[in-house]
Amino acid sequence: MGAVDATREPAGATAPARTATEPVLSVRDLVVEYRTDAGVVRAVRGVSFDLYPNESLALVGESGCGKTTLALALLRLLPKLGSVPSGTVRYRGRDGRVVDLLSLDAEQLRRFRWREAAIVFQGAMNSLNPVLRIRDQIRDTVRAHDRGMSRREIDRRGREVLRQVRLDPDRVLPAYPHELSGGMKQRVLIAMSLLLDPQILVLDEPTTALDILTQRAIVDLLHELRAQLGFATIFVSHDLPLAAELADRVATMYAGRIIEIGDVRDIFYHPRHPYTTGLLKAVPPVVGDLPEITSIPGAPPNLLDLPPGCPFHPRCPYAQADCTAAEPALEPLAPAAPGHRAACHHTDQVTFERRPAAGRPVAAEVNADG
Amino acid sequence: MSQIVDTGVPLETPVPARPGAGPLRAFFRALLRSKAGFAGFLVVTAMVLVSLIGPLFTPDRLPTNLDAIYQPPSLAHPLGTDSEGRDIAIQMINGGRSVILVGLLAAAISTFVAVVFGSLAAYLGGWVDSLIVSVTDIVLTIPQIVLLAVLASLYKLDSPVLLAVLIGAFSWPFLLRSVRAQVFSLKEREYVEAARLLDLGTVRVVAREILPNMASFIVMNFVVTMTNAIYALVGLYFLGLAPLADDNWGVMLNVAYTRGAIFFKDSIFYILAPVIAISLLQLALVTMTRSLEEILNPRLREN
Amino acid sequence: MAEPTPAAPRPLLALENVTRVFRTRAGLVRAVDDVTLRLDAGQVLCLVGESGSGKTTTARIAAGLTTPTTGSVRFDGTDIRRLRGGEFTAFRRAVQYVHQDPYASLNPIRDIFATIAAPLRRHRLVRGRAEAWQRACELLAAVDLTPPEQFLKKFPHQLSGGQRQRVSVARALTLGPRLIIADEAASMLDVSIRVSLLNLLMRLRDELGVAFLFITHDLAIAKYFGWQGTTAVMHRGRIVESGPTPQVINEPRHEYTRALLEAVPEPDPDLARRKREKRLA
Repeated sequence: MGAVDATREPAGATAPARTATEPVLSVRDLVVEYRTDAGVVRAVRGVSFDLYPNESLALVGESGCGKTTLALALLRLLPKLGSVPSGTVRYRGRDGRVVDLLSLDAEQLRRFRWREAAIVFQGAMNSLNPVLRIRDQIRDTVRAHDRGMSRREIDRRGREVLRQVRLDPDRVLPAYPHELSGGMKQRVLIAMSLLLDPQILVLDEPTTALDILTQRAIVDLLHELRAQLGFATIFVSHDLPLAAELADRVATMYAGRIIEIGDVRDIFYHPRHPYTTGLLKAVPPVVGDLPEITSIPGAPPNLLDLPPGCPFHPRCPYAQADCTAAEPALEPLAPAAPGHRAACHHTDQVTFERRPAAGRPVAAEVNADG
Repeated sequence: MSQIVDTGVPLETPVPARPGAGPLRAFFRALLRSKAGFAGFLVVTAMVLVSLIGPLFTPDRLPTNLDAIYQPPSLAHPLGTDSEGRDIAIQMINGGRSVILVGLLAAAISTFVAVVFGSLAAYLGGWVDSLIVSVTDIVLTIPQIVLLAVLASLYKLDSPVLLAVLIGAFSWPFLLRSVRAQVFSLKEREYVEAARLLDLGTVRVVAREILPNMASFIVMNFVVTMTNAIYALVGLYFLGLAPLADDNWGVMLNVAYTRGAIFFKDSIFYILAPVIAISLLQLALVTMTRSLEEILNPRLREN
Repeated sequence: MAEPTPAAPRPLLALENVTRVFRTRAGLVRAVDDVTLRLDAGQVLCLVGESGSGKTTTARIAAGLTTPTTGSVRFDGTDIRRLRGGEFTAFRRAVQYVHQDPYASLNPIRDIFATIAAPLRRHRLVRGRAEAWQRACELLAAVDLTPPEQFLKKFPHQLSGGQRQRVSVARALTLGPRLIIADEAASMLDVSIRVSLLNLLMRLRDELGVAFLFITHDLAIAKYFGWQGTTAVMHRGRIVESGPTPQVINEPRHEYTRALLEAVPEPDPDLARRKREKRLA
């Protein structure tokens, strides 16, 4: 398996130093389909990326872009109507061996899940079984994936992870979910995902439906946990500012594909895909003077009836004739910086002006090379 | 570049179905989509037609023919004869009318009371709600069969209207509670609140915003009530609480049973025919209504 | 930044010492605790708070959907509880509401025309179907749903979330309101569409002079929408800070407001990192 980004420039102080250069997860040309009444829908249309150890990757996009489907597909948690007709998802275990997750059978999958990779689903409020105490849910979860642990070990481990998420085990273990606040439930879910010490943690909208102050606490907690425990994260969100907070790398998705991927500073300061710039311009910041924000005209396309060529072109201010001809591939912007890739025929024309923040004017940055 | 309206491309839907355009066609289209539903519809229609129109062609009263007691099915008597030599097939044709009509009437009375009072109770709340719920609870505790038995011993329950009213009087409490619960939940919906904010008026809000959203619920409940009413009616006859004057399916069941029709191979149809007819009717009603739900709820249509 | 001039002598809508107490199993809960707000004609007031802060209850009290336990709501100077008949109808027409959930705010079994025409007909603003159609087209055009004819015959499930919210706004405009209460109206929309809805509301404010009571938990949205108006921050039923928006957001005085502002994620990685390092220091 060739690592696509074998040597990468360290992306500044935001990323933890990477000692290993082999990715822990390698996705190539992944396609996910759903069977619906209206036909077969390709929710994910060929996605490729690498995830490195202890790295945090954000999948950002709006409703219908395929980010949640992609996250679920990585752990093979798609609903019955979903299937993966092509692509590979290669996982490198702690022993260095590489397996294709899509080829695992049920038993191997059961062992893989939670021990190697775990997921925190969207909607913390509803993910916990309302009639079981937290202690029992922890036990059930562990037993489902590791039949070898004794009860005492499970309980001990449960207490350990609860403490790691800054919860009091004595208060939380005997409680029912409805006795806990939204923030506490989210912490419990994060704790449960860490029970078997996975290498990869997938989080689907980890802070939606939480209050701002609780969100902040969870974000800080995730940072802390990642520093302490060293797992890699993939998190799915429609919230761009959250990606700025949590991610080392960001991939923006549109109509089932990654249309831009790069280091978080590249994406936020030098975006090169019109959709990414559109998203950034649509997010009002809090600090500074009155911002100018604009919306992206139009709406996300119907996956059953995609526009020809680039799916974004009907809404794109830079669209030209060749945009309807062929769908652009995700390609590096410059040979010297293979880490930043965008799927656009005209990245050289895309401009993004950083809004003045805290009164400091910033010169408009047109495309610089590399 | 083309002019993009800042609203987005409306989600295109393949079916342009609208309620105004040919409700009858929409009705049949929905029915055809579900084979079971269509089958149910055919069966119900057939049975209703036979029961309502059939008796016009058959003799009202069949003569007793002691020579032909309990004849097995034959060409002359497709279902055989009963204990008095009368043709069972003809009795079956005659026998459906009362049962269906009483069932319909009882269900109509019951549904009307339940919907009107249930929705008002839920929408208005307060003392209105408390009053209606109390009355409902009291009626719920009355055992239907016992009261009917007492009434039957005191009065002659021969009028179908009277039977319908009595049966309907016991069916509405359960239905009212369901309707009330539904209205409670719908009342909190944002679009109902928006209607109130636009000052559209209580009656209008209940009648046009809330109840139509419960249309399939009400229809299903109507049918269930009708099936229950039919069972109750048949039960009354079977237990002998209603006079055996009429020649309907319920009476047939009673007579067949008490005269030992189940013990003879040749006479088994006397009891089987009404049983099968009643069960078939109930089954067809329920399957038909489930596919009707599609029309009444546009959201299900497009998928 | 200029102070909003004390405009009309009488505020359009005023909440005076409004308190709302709920009886729950855990005891008495003060969802709204001694809240005083005023909204002048054509002005914007943003009410910011987390869930449970009482902002939605306050909005409902302002709309007359819930009655306060104590305190009063004054519309054009008169307590709304004292309004009878025609006067109350006038209040209802003047104060409208746009809900948060685009999927629940429209009756699923009615097409858009029926939804828009119902209040027009009920309040006799149009005579006959042709006039209703005409007016409905005008309203949809005002919210940028063009061509209107195409949208009027559709059902809610055939429209996107953003389009549904626009229909909600159009419906709110049918009676010619002077105040629109927008309860998290953009929260459930995609980011790129949120802005267009907000821009629409701002345009309506400019063109029609409609005042807005804008409820949100998102400080950045409150800042954008309420820049020329005032912002009030709610916490546990009380207003902890209020004032001209630029002042409240850029120079918060109350510690809760400061905590909220600190907690908001910024779409700026370097800034986020600096803030985090400052927090942990």
